[in-house]
Amino acid sequence: MENLYDVIIIGAGPAGLAAGLYAARAKMKTLILEKNKAGGQIVTTNEVANYPGSVEHATGPSLIARMVAQAEEFGSERKKDTIIDVDFTEKIKVIKGQEKEYKAKAVIIATGATPRPIGCPGEKELTGKGVSYCATCDGDFFTDLEVFVIGGGDSAVEEAMYLTKFARKVTIVHRRDALRAAKSIQEKAFKNEKLAFMWDAGVEEIKGDGIVESIVFKNKKTGEVTEYHADEEDGTFGVFPFIGYQAFSDIFKEKIELDPSGYIPTDADMKTNVEGVFAAGDIRVKSLRQVVTATADGAIAAVQAEKYIENNFEE
Amino acid sequence: MLALDKDTFESEVLEAEGYVLVDYWSDGCEPCKALMPDVEELAAKYESKVKFSKLNTTKARRLAISQRVLGLPTLALYKDGEKVDEVTKDDATKANIDAMIQKHVG
Repeated sequence: MENLYDVIIIGAGPAGLAAGLYAARAKMKTLILEKNKAGGQIVTTNEVANYPGSVEHATGPSLIARMVAQAEEFGSERKKDTIIDVDFTEKIKVIKGQEKEYKAKAVIIATGATPRPIGCPGEKELTGKGVSYCATCDGDFFTDLEVFVIGGGDSAVEEAMYLTKFARKVTIVHRRDALRAAKSIQEKAFKNEKLAFMWDAGVEEIKGDGIVESIVFKNKKTGEVTEYHADEEDGTFGVFPFIGYQAFSDIFKEKIELDPSGYIPTDADMKTNVEGVFAAGDIRVKSLRQVVTATADGAIAAVQAEKYIENNFEE
Repeated sequence: MLALDKDTFESEVLEAEGYVLVDYWSDGCEPCKALMPDVEELAAKYESKVKFSKLNTTKARRLAISQRVLGLPTLALYKDGEKVDEVTKDDATKANIDAMIQKHVG
């Protein structure tokens, strides 16, 4: 059959690239599809300190560039296309992209997750106008301005510290009275003189005419509502929500089993509930979403996909 | 694509007649770099109708903010020096940029 791949991998983040490396190395005809640029969320990260072997100031982009080169060296093909639909009902799986249609014996879903919005009024309208989910993209706009980071987990605190390189002052706004971030990260944060903390607070609304001008907080314990206005001379400030992630799985609804949050349940072999369809990386139901767990998933998925093809397709 | 800076922005965009598209990007913005080949393809497609340009905001932060651009990537379309439309962040895709130009320029 023309254009039939052994394995198609959807998503070129760490999970997809690791799967591509293992699949191509096993001499399978492998295609990695990505709607944007290779890398996934990690390319927006300035420092990758916890991936084993990533030393000497490894950044998200530098790590990904090496993963891409490695996957391609073994013969993985890579195409830029946005997937709009999939058909997993037949033995040969069909993946429909904006550009063209692809067919494969096995599919590895590695579409990952994206930052979750707060969901308050004004947030969507003011995205790119002071509201941002990408500190490395937009941090330097806020040089000498004020910034609010929403959230209290690892990402929130790490991104807040990164933003102190630019901003005059960064306030972490957290809905609880203690951070959820790892202790080592907290220690650094509490020593950072440019960081302030606002506890028990949620964001009710973000306001502004064309750019962010004010933000409304509500104290979770007292119910008190306060509005913070941009300094008159500044005219604006930044709002960076890092309150978790949402699965990138809309196109797989009703095609494979998803959990209530949209993540894909798999077994230890990365198998989904559909034969020949595997999932790897942040898109899976799992307890730790990191580069190291994503690449491990990708390797397992590729090896299992190879086994599945061996057992179910004749040469 | 014409590379703008804070000294040439005024004459090339704000004082220009006709349509000018400005691709706001920066060194640290990976999504911007991913998008740029698509923008270059559109530049070829609309060669005679729209002047395509790009501004690295790292060295023109105040200028970008004055144009109400505080997030990257942002693709803004100007007509006779006035900003008439823009797409930003997740909406800044090749299809959406194309649609924006079609809407105004035809």
